[in-house]
Amino acid sequence: MNPTEMRVSPGAWLAPAIDWLNANFHPLFAFISRVVDTVLGAFETVLLALPGWGVIALVTLLALLLINLRTAVLAAAMLGFCWLSGLWTASMQTLALVSVSVLLSVLIAFPLGILAARVKRFEQMSSPVLNIMQTVPPWVYLIPAVMIFSLGKVPAIMATVIYGVAPMMRLTTLAFRQVPRNLLELGQALGATPRVILLKIEIPAAVPTLLVGLNQCILLSLAMVVLAGLVGAGGLGAEVTRGLTRMEMGLGLRAGLAIVAVALLLDRLSRGLLQRKPIQQS
Amino acid sequence: MNSSVACADEVLVSCRGVWKVFGKHVDEAIEASRDRGVSKKQILHDHGCVIGVSDVSLEVKRGEIFCIMGLSGSGKSTLIRLLNKLIVPSAGQVLVKGQDLATLDGAALRKVRSQHIGMVFQSVALLPHRSVLENVAFGLEVQGVSKHERHAAAQQSLEKVGLSDWATRFPGELSGGMQQRVGLARVLTCDPEIILMDEPFSALDPLIRRQLQDEFRGLTKSLGKSAVFITHDLEEAIRLGDRIAIMKDGVIIQVGSAEDIVLKPADAYVADFVAGISRLHLVRAHSVMSQHAQWAARHPHIDLAALPVAGPQADLDELINLLIQSGAEALLIVEGGQPVGVVTPTDLLRGVQGSESEEGAAVVAPEVQA
Repeated sequence: MNPTEMRVSPGAWLAPAIDWLNANFHPLFAFISRVVDTVLGAFETVLLALPGWGVIALVTLLALLLINLRTAVLAAAMLGFCWLSGLWTASMQTLALVSVSVLLSVLIAFPLGILAARVKRFEQMSSPVLNIMQTVPPWVYLIPAVMIFSLGKVPAIMATVIYGVAPMMRLTTLAFRQVPRNLLELGQALGATPRVILLKIEIPAAVPTLLVGLNQCILLSLAMVVLAGLVGAGGLGAEVTRGLTRMEMGLGLRAGLAIVAVALLLDRLSRGLLQRKPIQQS
Repeated sequence: MNSSVACADEVLVSCRGVWKVFGKHVDEAIEASRDRGVSKKQILHDHGCVIGVSDVSLEVKRGEIFCIMGLSGSGKSTLIRLLNKLIVPSAGQVLVKGQDLATLDGAALRKVRSQHIGMVFQSVALLPHRSVLENVAFGLEVQGVSKHERHAAAQQSLEKVGLSDWATRFPGELSGGMQQRVGLARVLTCDPEIILMDEPFSALDPLIRRQLQDEFRGLTKSLGKSAVFITHDLEEAIRLGDRIAIMKDGVIIQVGSAEDIVLKPADAYVADFVAGISRLHLVRAHSVMSQHAQWAARHPHIDLAALPVAGPQADLDELINLLIQSGAEALLIVEGGQPVGVVTPTDLLRGVQGSESEEGAAVVAPEVQA
């Protein structure tokens, strides 16, 4: 027999599994869907409550007060572009999608990352899964997400979370592995409880690496959220998709540049906010 | 240096037949080593086990500084971590203030660590994101003491180590010696009775190290603390220790005062170590003096009562100074008002030289030519 005729297809058993989940756990998925939708709606409402110039002024002011002038100017320029290019609502929708996705990714990845740093066995088991999650082309995740949550923003967020969990979890594990052994010994020698050691020694020492993870998570989530325009997630992704299907170069380019603007904004703001207190290295 | 050996003989830390073996077949390795005397190397080969600490028994008394001296790989860092159970012993008992650490649950062990037995690390282990004051107060913070109270206590400890002006700085801004002082202040803030010092001064340059040694000894004695001090430097052990334990390959070879170890090394290994040590501050009058009656008989023209007087605990350095300044032929050693011996220049030279036949040489020797 010709070996190429043997079709190895994980999808052949994965698809029925998804169907089965869908049939038997529909209420659960419906519930998750409703919760995510509500949270996302709240984010969007807040971001769109003020007129465009109001949000720009507010963000610029906060960046100036909390970070520095440079970041404030950059934020004003990036948001200004989104506003002036007529893509304000889409940009804010994208921001809301990214925020919710990153929030969920961190909520999942942070505890799992700590677990992997503590339990070698768990890391050995999770590592190949993370490898696959990071390497599979991201729009493949959209298929099961749409099968379970149907079209719209919720499957977009689900697919994004799957994509964003991997780097966050890996870097969380790395961050906790890198905590100097002598600091852990110090905690024990002082008679600190494991909780105090975690909160007052490990997490502060892990912050620099955790920030790198968060930054990665934000940027990968943005990429995925844009891609999710394909499944009706709205936002800038939808504009790009529209430009593509109608062959409208102008719209596509504007939306593309707005995505760059949002990416730069998120990157600089997250870095700036989280690195506000410079870590003193001994 | 060992004049202030613990007045109260209360034992604060006690190890009884403690073993620490790293590897899988721990019990078999201990059995092979203890009952059949199999060598460390052979045990690694046969059982895949590394013996860190081998059948160590020791006692640390209230108010004493107990030094453990050994080269790297001798198991001294493992041993000190057994004393507060940062490492769990494979066999044997560790008692802190009469409590067997093995019988304590998590909370009780944490209580012992936070209140009775503090630790200072070679790497200092300061938290880089906290100010000096917050670092020093950290032990109390862990115990849930209020901010006001712990900062006041931390400020006091910083004063004790002479760093009160540096409270708001961050560890990265301090030199190595200052960081180690902060480590010392941190342990003092918790006010434990026992301080474990894991090679705290090893990474410092010699001048700062000596300064810190003196300060540490002064502080420990004035505060009435006991300390277990790990070092790879025999001179440091001699400067600091009321008693010194010499460790090699996980075994304690000899325990005694600095003088015991220098004058009566237990084996060739210890003797080798001791060889280069200056005896000026170690050897005391009582171990070099000759019998005064014999000496007087040989020198009838010298009045014993006119000789300059020193105590039996006076070290060679003092004796030499006294002899040179007085210009006398010898020194009379007096204890409790009674003469117990004389020290002649020959005795002093023998003492400095450290020849093994001091007594014989000192008593019989060259007085004839005098």
